Amino acid sequence: MAKDIITAGIDVGSISAKAALLQHDRIVATHVILTGYNSQNAGRQVFDLVLQQAGLDAGKVAKIVATGYGRNSIAFAHKAVTEITCHAAGAYFLDRRVRTIIDIGGQDSKAIALDDSGKVKDFAMNDKCAAGTGRFLEVMARALEVDLDAFGAMSLTAGQAASISSLCTVFAESEVISLIARGEQRPNIIAGIHASIASRVVSMAKRVGVRAPVMMTGGVSKNIGVVKALEEKLGANLIVSDRAQVTGAIGAAIIAVGL
Amino acid sequence: MPTYEKIIDSDKERRKIKADRRMREIMTAYYMEAKTPKEQRGKKIAWITSGGPVEPLHVMDVIPIYPENYGAMIGASKMGVDLCEKAEEMGYARDLCSYARADIASATVNGGPIGGLPEPDMLICCNNICGTVLKWYEVQARYFNVPLFILDTPITHTTFNDEMRRYVTRQSAEYIRFLEKACGRRFDYDRMAEVGALSIRAQELWQAILDTTMSKPSPMTCFDAFFHLAMIVTLRGTQTCVDYYEMLLAEMKERVAQGIGMLPVEKYRLVWDNLPIWYRLRWLSNKFMERSACLVADTYTSGWVSQMPSVSSTDFLGFMGESYARIFLNSGTDLMAENIIRMVKKYDADGVVFHSNRSCKPYSFGQYDIQKILRKKLGIPTLMIEADMVDERSFSESQIETRIDAFIEMMKK
Repeated sequence: MAKDIITAGIDVGSISAKAALLQHDRIVATHVILTGYNSQNAGRQVFDLVLQQAGLDAGKVAKIVATGYGRNSIAFAHKAVTEITCHAAGAYFLDRRVRTIIDIGGQDSKAIALDDSGKVKDFAMNDKCAAGTGRFLEVMARALEVDLDAFGAMSLTAGQAASISSLCTVFAESEVISLIARGEQRPNIIAGIHASIASRVVSMAKRVGVRAPVMMTGGVSKNIGVVKALEEKLGANLIVSDRAQVTGAIGAAIIAVGL
Repeated sequence: MPTYEKIIDSDKERRKIKADRRMREIMTAYYMEAKTPKEQRGKKIAWITSGGPVEPLHVMDVIPIYPENYGAMIGASKMGVDLCEKAEEMGYARDLCSYARADIASATVNGGPIGGLPEPDMLICCNNICGTVLKWYEVQARYFNVPLFILDTPITHTTFNDEMRRYVTRQSAEYIRFLEKACGRRFDYDRMAEVGALSIRAQELWQAILDTTMSKPSPMTCFDAFFHLAMIVTLRGTQTCVDYYEMLLAEMKERVAQGIGMLPVEKYRLVWDNLPIWYRLRWLSNKFMERSACLVADTYTSGWVSQMPSVSSTDFLGFMGESYARIFLNSGTDLMAENIIRMVKKYDADGVVFHSNRSCKPYSFGQYDIQKILRKKLGIPTLMIEADMVDERSFSESQIETRIDAFIEMMKK
């Protein structure tokens, strides 16, 4: 299909819904909203909003690919593709050097190995458990009465990261509560939480084999504390695009070009 | 918009395996006899582990009953969660095998699809499949107050040596003495030769059936093998089993000759590792079928064929211990990996699907390493699905669907 057409990618995740518009290998617009309880509505709404932002009419969009957990509920999409394939396409589009992706989203985390042409070579996902996900961070933010957006900056001021050994979100939360009770400083606790996520995610990434450069995608990449903790555990720097959260949606829009 | 468009299959009826009906009849008759009240039935009942030496029981006219086969039935009937929760109320940990939980709970409430298993007169436990069975069978021996025989089979990490051979052979003799005592009569060694020959014949037939999937398209999938497996597990050593498998093999050969595949479209050929996810067999089978992926072989159902290099069908007791000790599940990770590599090559598979089974630790423990070995030696894609064979609480549909989809997308080149 000709490259001058406009395509859309819609990524409906468990916490947020993302949309991206693409034309001429160029990102026209992206948008993010909270998914809420109705993933079908969220898909429609985020699509409308991204069109509005670009000042475009839905009729101008030639092809649409849906991805994320709500991918099969987006009736107006032409195809549903998993977020693993879409993150790979999106990450490769943003930076052709990328060979490994660490994606931490709302309800899961994954590591994806790419071959030299940007195709998925292998992937691993967290098992059925919230540890190492965005949801884990949300629970901890509530226990600590800190806004999640402040988590990253706050953890960088930590003197010594507290040790959080439990992988279970509920048990880790009680560990955090007892750390608070013992008078541990908030930044230290948050740094401990980040280290705990990082060690879980890195051990998963090592299963697929970590080849540099490594890009981090997904909403959690906005948290500088998790990024730093991951870099420390990996012993390498991460590429974090300012479009990290919408990488999956961008990838979906790219795949739509080939439909 | 679903990921995969529906495949219209006009040949659906033709693809059905006709022998299925006979299989259901045989299994029903088997359970009917076992469930007949003791006074009318005459025969004694032994509960035995899935990898246990069943042949001497047939020699003694003892009906073998498999709590694990019943566990599979409980799982397939989606009655697993209730029974697992019941066992947890009794104080058993959720980390315990779901077959064990389901069986221990079922015994106390006559639960499951056939209202509980008939009470045992004796228990036969062989630890070639796991260590859990030791404690599980001890619990049941206390509960039913019946004698328990344990056949202890050392793990073959790399090689099986003479000491191990002597150790298991001696136990075979002890097993016969145990049965003579429990049944109150002498063991018939001539009959053993007959039963042994029937068991070996059944194993050969079963392997031949599994081997028909080397054909393209494959005449059946592992989901069919999971069903037809019940016979080799429960009735090997009987004429019924041999007759049935001869019939099934003939049907499979006919399908191959006519080019009838189990899938309307077969694009990818895969190998399955670990036990089935009993409560999701149809769901999984459909997911793979819709994606034109055919699970042509599995490590599980071939586990009932002994890996003996040359067997003498007349001296069954002589090699019985060794043959049971050397099953796939009782070997080291390297040997398990070799087995999967052999299967991938034999069945010309494009990838391997691992079920990381929360219940079955010995089966799941080495899977990450095996994945690595496969990646290195064969460079083929693998998929890891975390679930449990009976306990549905360990199954996450959307996560597993995403993984299957991503795996198939990855194989499209």
